[in-house]
Amino acid sequence: MAKVIGAVVVNNEECKGCGLCVVACPQDVLGQNKQVNSRGYHYSFMKNPEACIGCSNCATVCPDTCITVYRVKI
Amino acid sequence: MGELRLMKGNEVIAEAAIRCGCDAYFGYPITPQSEVMETLMDREPWDETGMVVLQAESEIASIHMIYGAAASGKKVITSSSSPGISLMAEGISYIAGAELPCVIVNVQRGGPGLGTIQPSQADYWQSTKGGGHGDYRLIVLAPSSVQEMNDFVELGFKLAFKYRNPAMILTDGVIGQTMEKVILSDYIPRLTDEEINEKYGSWATNGRKPGRQRNIITSLEMDSGRMEQNNLRLQAKYAKMEEEEVLFEEFQCEDAEYLLVAFGSSSRICQKTVDLAREKGIKVGLLRPITLFPFPKKPIAALAKQVKGILVVEMNAGQMVEDVQLAAGCAIPVKHFGRMGGIIPSPGEVVEALEQKLIGG
Amino acid sequence: MELKDIINPNNLVYEKPELLTENTMHYCPGCSHGVVHKLLAEVIEDLDIQDKTIGVSPVGCAVFAYNYIEIDWQEAAHGRAPAVATGIARTNPDKVVFTYQGDGDLASIGAAEILHACNRGENMVVIFVNNGIYGMTGGQMAPTTLIGQVTATTPNGRDVGRNGYPLKITELIAQLPGTSYVTRQSVHTPATIRKCKKAIAKAFQAALDKKGTSFVEVVSTCNMNWKMTPVKANEWMVENMFPFYVPGDLKDSSKADPESYTPLKN
Ligand SMILES: Cc1ncc(C[n+]2csc(CCOP(=O)(O)OP(=O)(O)O)c2C)c(N)n1
Ligand code: SF4
Ligand code: SF4
Ligand code: SF4
Ligand SMILES: [Mg+2]
Repeated sequence: MAKVIGAVVVNNEECKGCGLCVVACPQDVLGQNKQVNSRGYHYSFMKNPEACIGCSNCATVCPDTCITVYRVKI
Repeated sequence: MGELRLMKGNEVIAEAAIRCGCDAYFGYPITPQSEVMETLMDREPWDETGMVVLQAESEIASIHMIYGAAASGKKVITSSSSPGISLMAEGISYIAGAELPCVIVNVQRGGPGLGTIQPSQADYWQSTKGGGHGDYRLIVLAPSSVQEMNDFVELGFKLAFKYRNPAMILTDGVIGQTMEKVILSDYIPRLTDEEINEKYGSWATNGRKPGRQRNIITSLEMDSGRMEQNNLRLQAKYAKMEEEEVLFEEFQCEDAEYLLVAFGSSSRICQKTVDLAREKGIKVGLLRPITLFPFPKKPIAALAKQVKGILVVEMNAGQMVEDVQLAAGCAIPVKHFGRMGGIIPSPGEVVEALEQKLIGG
Repeated sequence: MELKDIINPNNLVYEKPELLTENTMHYCPGCSHGVVHKLLAEVIEDLDIQDKTIGVSPVGCAVFAYNYIEIDWQEAAHGRAPAVATGIARTNPDKVVFTYQGDGDLASIGAAEILHACNRGENMVVIFVNNGIYGMTGGQMAPTTLIGQVTATTPNGRDVGRNGYPLKITELIAQLPGTSYVTRQSVHTPATIRKCKKAIAKAFQAALDKKGTSFVEVVSTCNMNWKMTPVKANEWMVENMFPFYVPGDLKDSSKADPESYTPLKN
């Protein structure tokens, strides 16, 4: 079976730190940053990037559409 | 050229709407104006011109249907009578705030409350000073004949589109129900979508065509500075109307020593009053405001320098009299004579009032 | 493989739909409105109908929806969007018109307008975001508020004796002959969001096919006024709202056949 690896890019400034993407990720890739963005939100980031499978669940649930998802089959 | 017919005022509104290329009428039945929608439904203009006619679930719905259609660049009209216009007040304020054109006909009946189905002119304040919330104005046209019921539909639309502002035809049960000779206007074709886009594409919300920005129709602005600017823009528009759109008519004012001021059906009575009074040797003239907003302040101010007193005759407790007083100033007396409850004053009664309130006084 | 090799336009699988504007949404973090907006943008883009879609956004938190999707919009008074949409749809029969209404807007102040528009079978789509509360004005009771639910105007919980029963307006709407497709969806998980998108797409297709009114309720959260985190709010919704507002299709047919109504013999 082909393995897929993925990666996400979070728009740090647009992220409102709601945490919905964190719980939507089946691979526990995402976490909320200790840092805040200029609007004071703990923006989401890949705390565990190797585990990402590019399934887009995180981007799908994001109300502010600040996640872009990439995926490659290897 | 125009077709000569014998028709009721209300029927003429319907006929004029079809003929002037209206896209839609939305309304709700109420006496004394239900013939407007009844005539339209009977005429079935959807087959003839494509005009939509819809009986809405309420006046609230009618006026918001008008909002939606007007915001897409369509030429739309509604009609009602006093209690129904009160319900429309919300939508009228939104239409004025979002700067949309439309024509609203108020065939007034007596109030307050459910009042009476008999004619009245007690919605003068509601029409000219607001009615709904916020600083807005309607263009208010007051017909005094069935012919003007015809003519003011197209005039209303002309002004409404020129200023992107709602226009009201403020009439009453007398003119709505009276049968008179009328020369109907010739047909004007409805605008096609392409023509609407060409004329109003910069604002009409009828689908964002490639290459243009999205259009947004709204009266909402949360930024105080910008909201004040919006209000100032509206005020500038109203000032321009006052400069350019005032309409009025004078009867026998040249040598007048006394002046009657009356609009709509009251002005019809006052024309007879002038004749009666002059037979008695009283030199009286009549000024009839045709536009109630913008109000003919200047001609009234000019006549106030000539006459000894002014009598304002209205079928209400005294509403327009305040505007006449403001225009005339304090040098001469300005009095009011009115009947209410659906009672139409007789010309003789008005002569008596003139004698009692101005000449004898 | 390095991250920079994966993050490459050729490998793109999810991005912001083009029809969403660059404006940052004014919604609270985690608000359901944002997800529904995104789905709308995607559906309108997929159907390629941005040149003929007109949105109507009445008063409620989503009154500013017009700032976020690149189509023509009309803002409407509280509750009146179905009348406004009727005015547009009747005079623009070749356009696609939708309303985007909250539960206070649709089920309370605008109850008359929505029932009559649906009963006439106006050719339009209704997106009904039911978060069980008045979000915009600070969390007062809505007609949809559950029994016992605490809001600003039911500080001790909604009481039937004082406040009446929660209103299942979607069930009422489904009874109306003018509606063709009536469904209840949610947007709290990737799977339900994908399902909700299909429902919205179906509703818009029905409008294109002139099938009368299609109605999509989205059971939603208002984490701000429910005073919960967005994640907790989703859990609360599943636990408390779903048993009463049961997700699923309520009607999937076509507008009632006029022939089935016997006319009076004149
Ligand atoms: C005529 C009128 N009455 C009241 C209001 C105040 N108001 C604004 S939004 C709202 C409730 C909105 O609730 P809902 O429709 O459920 O939308 P939400 O904000 O929850 O998405 C109210 C009562 C108003 N704007 N206009
Ligand atoms: S794409 Fe899938 S696996 Fe990757 S972070 Fe998002 S949810 Fe997790
Ligand atoms: S769902 Fe979106 S807004 Fe919320 S934390 Fe994740 S990236 Fe940020
Ligand atoms: S108040 Fe509620 S509905 Fe409004 S934006 Fe915030 S979370 Fe959303
Ligand atoms: Mg709500």
